[in-house]
Amino acid sequence: MVAAAAGTAALLQLTGIVKQFPGCLANDRVDLAIQAGEVHALLGENGAGKSTLVKIIYGVLRPDQGEIRWRGEPVHIASPAFARRLGIGMVFQHFSLFEALTVAENIALGINDPAERRDLKKRIVEVSQSYGLPLDPDRAVHDLSVGERQRIEIVRCLLQNPQLLIMDEPTSVLTPQEVERLFETLRRLSQEGRAILYISHKLEEIRALCERATIMRLGRVVAECDPRQETARHLAELMIGNELRAPAHRAAKAAGKGARLTVRGLSLRSDQQFGTDLKDISFSVAGGEILGIGGVAGNGQTELTAALSGETLAERADSIQIDGKLVGLLGPGARRVSGATFVPEERNGHGAVPAMTLAENAFLGAFRRLRLVHTGLIAAGQAAAFAGKVIQSFDVRTTGPAAEARSLSGGNLQKFIVGREILQAPGVLVISQPTWGVDAGAAAAIYQALLDLADAGTAVLIISQDLDEIFSICDRIAVIYQGRLSEARPVRSVTVEEIGLLMGGAHPETGREPSHAHPA
Amino acid sequence: MGDWVPLVLSVISASTPLLLAATGELVTEKSGVLNLGVEGMMLAGAVVGFAASAATGSGAAGIAAGAAAGALLALIFGVLTLTFLANQVATGLALTIFGVGFSALMGAGYVGIALTPLPKLDIAGLSDLPVVGPILFHQDVLVYGSFALLAGVSWFLYRTHAGLVLRSIGDSHDAAHAIGYPVIAIRYGAVAFGGAMSGLAGAYMSLAYTPQWAENMTAGRGWIALALVVFATWRPARLLLGAYLFGGISLLQLVLQAEGVPIPSQVLTMLPYLVTIVVLVLISRDRTRIRLNAPACLGKPFYAAG
Amino acid sequence: MHIRLEPRGRRSTAWAYGSPLLALVLTLGTAGVIFALLGKDPFLSLYTFFVSPLASATGRPELLVKAAPLVLIAVGLSLGFRANVWNIGAEGQYTVGAICGGGVGLALYGDGNPLTLPAMIVAGLLGGMAWAAIPAFLRTRFNANEILTSLMLTYVAQQLLIYLVTGPWRDPEGYGFPQSRLFDEYSTSPVLIPGTRLHLGVLVSLIVVGLGWLVLAKSLIGFQLKVVGQAPRAARYAGFSERRLVWFSLLLGGALAGLAGLFEVAGPVGQLTPSISPGYGFTAIIVAFLGRLHPVGVLFGGLLLALTYLGGEKAQIDLGMPNAVTGIFQGILLFYLLACDLLILYRVRVGQRAPAAKAA
Repeated sequence: MVAAAAGTAALLQLTGIVKQFPGCLANDRVDLAIQAGEVHALLGENGAGKSTLVKIIYGVLRPDQGEIRWRGEPVHIASPAFARRLGIGMVFQHFSLFEALTVAENIALGINDPAERRDLKKRIVEVSQSYGLPLDPDRAVHDLSVGERQRIEIVRCLLQNPQLLIMDEPTSVLTPQEVERLFETLRRLSQEGRAILYISHKLEEIRALCERATIMRLGRVVAECDPRQETARHLAELMIGNELRAPAHRAAKAAGKGARLTVRGLSLRSDQQFGTDLKDISFSVAGGEILGIGGVAGNGQTELTAALSGETLAERADSIQIDGKLVGLLGPGARRVSGATFVPEERNGHGAVPAMTLAENAFLGAFRRLRLVHTGLIAAGQAAAFAGKVIQSFDVRTTGPAAEARSLSGGNLQKFIVGREILQAPGVLVISQPTWGVDAGAAAAIYQALLDLADAGTAVLIISQDLDEIFSICDRIAVIYQGRLSEARPVRSVTVEEIGLLMGGAHPETGREPSHAHPA
Repeated sequence: MGDWVPLVLSVISASTPLLLAATGELVTEKSGVLNLGVEGMMLAGAVVGFAASAATGSGAAGIAAGAAAGALLALIFGVLTLTFLANQVATGLALTIFGVGFSALMGAGYVGIALTPLPKLDIAGLSDLPVVGPILFHQDVLVYGSFALLAGVSWFLYRTHAGLVLRSIGDSHDAAHAIGYPVIAIRYGAVAFGGAMSGLAGAYMSLAYTPQWAENMTAGRGWIALALVVFATWRPARLLLGAYLFGGISLLQLVLQAEGVPIPSQVLTMLPYLVTIVVLVLISRDRTRIRLNAPACLGKPFYAAG
Repeated sequence: MHIRLEPRGRRSTAWAYGSPLLALVLTLGTAGVIFALLGKDPFLSLYTFFVSPLASATGRPELLVKAAPLVLIAVGLSLGFRANVWNIGAEGQYTVGAICGGGVGLALYGDGNPLTLPAMIVAGLLGGMAWAAIPAFLRTRFNANEILTSLMLTYVAQQLLIYLVTGPWRDPEGYGFPQSRLFDEYSTSPVLIPGTRLHLGVLVSLIVVGLGWLVLAKSLIGFQLKVVGQAPRAARYAGFSERRLVWFSLLLGGALAGLAGLFEVAGPVGQLTPSISPGYGFTAIIVAFLGRLHPVGVLFGGLLLALTYLGGEKAQIDLGMPNAVTGIFQGILLFYLLACDLLILYRVRVGQRAPAAKAA
């Protein structure tokens, strides 16, 4: 238990919180105490139970057991409106914004009391400016960048004068410079006596910002500490629960084989409503090499992945070449036959069909390269055999090829999909967000598989928003920003700061950030 | 000089049921729910309205009963799709099939009975003005109602907080739920309103348009109303334009017949349906415009965790 | 009292089969209530409606005759619905199939050409396909919703039929009634078993059930239909062309509906009239859902709904009930089915609302 200052009750005290979902105990007798003015971290991996706990605090979920006290008094937080009345504000990881509506309309929706909605536009301008997060109330949300959209969420909370501000993974979509700006705002709020509950899995940020940390693992609190006194490594061990194992170090390879994947002058208008156009993207990946493309979400990664896999066709045949073949105008089937396989960002509904069996999902990805169709009929036995092979080679925890894809955990399904694509022996593998939402054990297995694949001579392209991931297994790194790709540099010779600037669109040498006016 | 006054009057009476039904469906769809059962609800409103009016001798009772019948059927749809999470397309079709059967069953005893049509209002002095008088100041209450309701819906959606909430639910029901708005309750309301409007449209047909009941008398107008909502890109102002465009087709039919153009009558009857197809195609081909205006959650079931 | 829905996490196969049965039972119960409200003895009425058509020796084969068009159309619809292609205009495709096939029959009237019937069959199939090609084209090229376009075309087709039988194709010896000539022997489907009305269409419908199963369960295109309906992004990822699948679904549905129309007019109906269908195209939608969008299930669903048609006719004759009762029951059956399908994915918990947070 955290020792409160003598005689002062904690601002928020949770005792013995339990929350059960079908098949998953999300919170297992969790205790948490936050003092006024404290910046408190809630640290844990994906699936540790942080989001569930926080939804309970904010009244979105009700706990099955346990007690919540606010300023010493027991409360039942029945709804988000109730939480807001208490003085709790929350900025969600995935913004709850209405794309078709304006900034002011979005904020108005979060305010129940008509009296408070008066003069809203004026107050939005005042508050946003004074906290360093300026906003124009009449702009439609779909015109704003991700960083600006987060400002709406924050300003929305601030207008209600919260005593506790909860931030759920706020920096996963920000450039390093935007992160600094956010931290300044948070420090200012803490100085005003407001408490901040900061949920993250990013160790360096927590050590830089927070005074106390509660660490969760598999639904339980495993530790509490002052993160400033701990090393990042120790925090990570507490979070993951065992010794960290770095993936097998790759022997530096001489640039032997020629380019197996070449992209030249790829320009594409996005067909998505709030998408990013690709502008003149060029790069190549040699056999045996792993290239990582980093960048903040929403800068064209989805469009690029779709262009590479053939789900969107390029404008010219020579825009994309696989082992010398001009595939720019060919669809996914032909690109697979040409020797490339693909792992998309989304497992459910994109890389796999949730309601279908693993055998059917194996067929889905592999039927062309492995020739599993004869005179229009499916070779079901061969498909099941291949699925079995994937399950075994990649240690997928499941009952067998007849299991439905949705019965697998995220990590196991990801291993299956990655395995399906790798076991087709491609010359080129394009993989997007390889370990998003995946537990540490599965992530390590995937990294090792990618390294082994590259060692065997395949060109591997990783598109990821996780810089740590790119730095740990890639040979070269390029950054995508607003649909343009920077030059690829060797990972050993580039620093996180340079990459951060590239992610924010600035030139790495000068370090100047562009103004936030957006290109047309 | 006044020759075309009857023609304009016929446009108005042809457009009114479309406008009423489409306005209701617009509200339903703005909240994110796709109710394909408009045809069934219109027929139910037509038969129930007719029966109530025949039984009581009161047009007002017929109007109220028709609206209630439409709302009731819509609530069945609501229970199935909002609480039981059934597929909205299938349920809407079921509603249509049921409405057609129900109205035929109930209406069997009313075929051939004639009622006095809804009285036209007489606004002192103004109704006697030449040309303008009959057109603008001498309509029955439902015609004026169709305009008033459209204006009311427009004001509600774009100038009130409640309307903003409804629009937000159609845009992102998960975000609206996260804020704490009762998504399901509001959708029930939108669905019931849409049903009442469709019922009103049907009642207009059996009480004013042709004051009679005949099996399947709406002849697909409910489906045309659905197409109108798409044509209007979910905006009330364009809905008015669309409804009167269709009313104008009936005008075209009359003119062609009157002029003795040698087109078989069946081809004239086909006209509204063919025009609907053309209109749909013209609007749908602009995918960006559809995407920007169509409620993002249209047709998606909402399930709240916890 | 508070009803909560708890997701099961997976489909319950027991309820996937049980839901149609439960829906049927509920429908029977509701039917009994409706009969009582109409002033008829509920048990007698239920017996007349659902049992007596099967009791007679002529009744049972008649069941197959009534089921044939439903099954033919519904097999096509079920494959399309799986791919999220909503062909609501099957009624119109049926009509056009009947028009095209019937037209060939009328053109060769009295010629005594043994190829007449085969030519009619081909014409019916192509006619239905062509009518379905219109919504397919409009959807793939212009993104127009196929529900509305195919439905509008139903009304157009009906008007076309009326025009033809009141005008150019009217039977000159028909006393001015809106109907075509009765088809001659070369234009009529042979009777398969003497003493019944079992026609070629019945046999074809059974074959189509088998082929439909084969396509859905074993073929690549069946797999593609399933994927595109469940996970369109995964379908694109695998290189399946959604456009091609939309065309396939609509053309298949149209062809089968056109066939159904042809076999009806070349069989039981025997001529072209404005009322060649008691709404088969719409009832087939119910059959498709009842049959869980599976060709074999569609066969059973088709038999059940054929029973409601026969029962409705019998009830009209024996009990003086209006014909519209059939339509109501079909609609109610679909309502109950949609409601009961909830149980496949969710458990229903009825009880007190759980308190927000209990004291420790």
